[in-house]
Amino acid sequence: MSALLAARGLAKSFGAVVAAADLDLEVEAGEIHALIGPNGAGKTTVLGLLSGELRPDRGRVFLSGREVTHAPVHERVRLGLGRTFQLSCVLPSFSVLENVAIAVQAREGSSFRFWKPASPDPRLEEPAFALLERLGIDALADRPAAMLAHGERRLLELAMALASRPKVLLLDEPLAGVGSKEAQRLVEILARLRAEVGVLLVEHDMDAVFRLADRITVLVNGRAIASGPPSVVRADPLVRAAYLGDDSER
Amino acid sequence: MRAATRAPVSVRKLEGGSVAPLVFVALALAVLGADLWAGPYYVKLLTRAMIVALAALALDLLVGLAGLVSLGHAAFVGIGAYAVGILAEHGITSGWIQWPVALVASAAAAAVIGALSLRTRGVHFIMITLAFAQMLYFAANSLSRYGGDDGLTIWNRSDFGGIVSLADRRTFAWLCFVLLLSVYVALARLSASRFGRVLRGAKDNERRMAALGFAVTRFRLVAFVISGTVAGLAGVLLANLTEFVAPAYMSWHRSGELLAMVVLGGMGSLYGAILGAFAFVLLEELLSRFTTHWALLFGPFLVLVVLVGRGGIAGLLARLGRIR
Repeated sequence: MSALLAARGLAKSFGAVVAAADLDLEVEAGEIHALIGPNGAGKTTVLGLLSGELRPDRGRVFLSGREVTHAPVHERVRLGLGRTFQLSCVLPSFSVLENVAIAVQAREGSSFRFWKPASPDPRLEEPAFALLERLGIDALADRPAAMLAHGERRLLELAMALASRPKVLLLDEPLAGVGSKEAQRLVEILARLRAEVGVLLVEHDMDAVFRLADRITVLVNGRAIASGPPSVVRADPLVRAAYLGDDSER
Repeated sequence: MRAATRAPVSVRKLEGGSVAPLVFVALALAVLGADLWAGPYYVKLLTRAMIVALAALALDLLVGLAGLVSLGHAAFVGIGAYAVGILAEHGITSGWIQWPVALVASAAAAAVIGALSLRTRGVHFIMITLAFAQMLYFAANSLSRYGGDDGLTIWNRSDFGGIVSLADRRTFAWLCFVLLLSVYVALARLSASRFGRVLRGAKDNERRMAALGFAVTRFRLVAFVISGTVAGLAGVLLANLTEFVAPAYMSWHRSGELLAMVVLGGMGSLYGAILGAFAFVLLEELLSRFTTHWALLFGPFLVLVVLVGRGGIAGLLARLGRIR
């Protein structure tokens, strides 16, 4: 049984800056794999390489055992890869419901329809509304996405990512800038997600990481200096020295 | 806070829903009135305005809905017009041949130009569409067999047997009206359809749309081809109206004027492009009676409408409706 998502020997440099060096990484079904490291360690670059926004200098990427190293973003999405962005990325002039409905539409694969109105269309709006309910933002359905508070936008992004029914989800700092109450709710939602999707989680909130992660990989200067269950990583002297020890981000 | 918020696209579209029928009713009355009281000159003027409106409508699909600013759209008008002119020059006057050939030619040109232009974004897209249009403009100039820079006179309008006679100015005007109305309805449906929603989404946030699994470029290319074909249809009608084609139809001035009409009317509302085209053509007519430097007066008008009426004429109308 191969991993849902696997990277082998991934390397990427921007000039003299090494963002990823000979990196191996997997996400198995039913696990949350956290990728942590100090700022500039290359975490977001790694997500870009996995999602297809960036091309690696070397190395290969596999989705459910199938090589996708050269596949564009939208093709990887079709193969079951979803993602959220570090800076919230929604369609600002669309309503909350429309944002999720268009994500459902993407999954349905029937967008070359020119005559019938896209709204109201129960085949798009019912699954979309169900997702909003699940994430507790159904009351905001008609609000323009541009008017959402930061935490609400994070939840909307998650709803959009889930609407494409991914097998693997890449989450880039889902808790960044979110208030403590909403962070609590997000952590609970993510914990429950584990049952249906594999998650690669990049996050600075160490409480959340150690609560959620089944496995943690520590990235420093593009290199994985440690990888394993939280208890092992927490005790690793290299990690303590490089990262957790002088952690000021908590 | 409240003033800074914008209604979502879908909501803004609804406001246009009540204006567009009025626009077409007013237009029908204008054609009828011009025919009854004002005389052939004004029927022809309105016909030209309707044809120009068709081209502006095509451009608004790209600029307003998809967020793709093309500065070379007159090229497709020119291709449609030249297809009619060249076929007529060879004695092929049947509209059943001329029109499909013209539409296929403009669609094919749009497919090629679109496929190459859509690799770029923003200012680069503007420049590359302009460059293609200029290439076609100079190519038309060098067609000495078909009049070169002097242009080509068309001796007979497209012949549709006994079904419609384009030689009759009244019939021709109503044909243009019906085509404009049909294209408007089709594009308004498209705008609200799943396809239109993808275009609007990609205009809003291309990266997000890719991350949702949309091959954004493919959708934009289809929109580009539809737009180029409609502009080609406008060219077919224009050639028939003026009974003449010339490279000037494709000059970048014409492309710029189309863009000005779309901005003047209010981008993305579709009926706004029609209003913008009429405002442009009629003001040009009116102002050029007083001075040959009519653009000197038109320029400030455009600036005023864009500054005061955010959202162009359509935006002004929508806000007037809300105040009432």
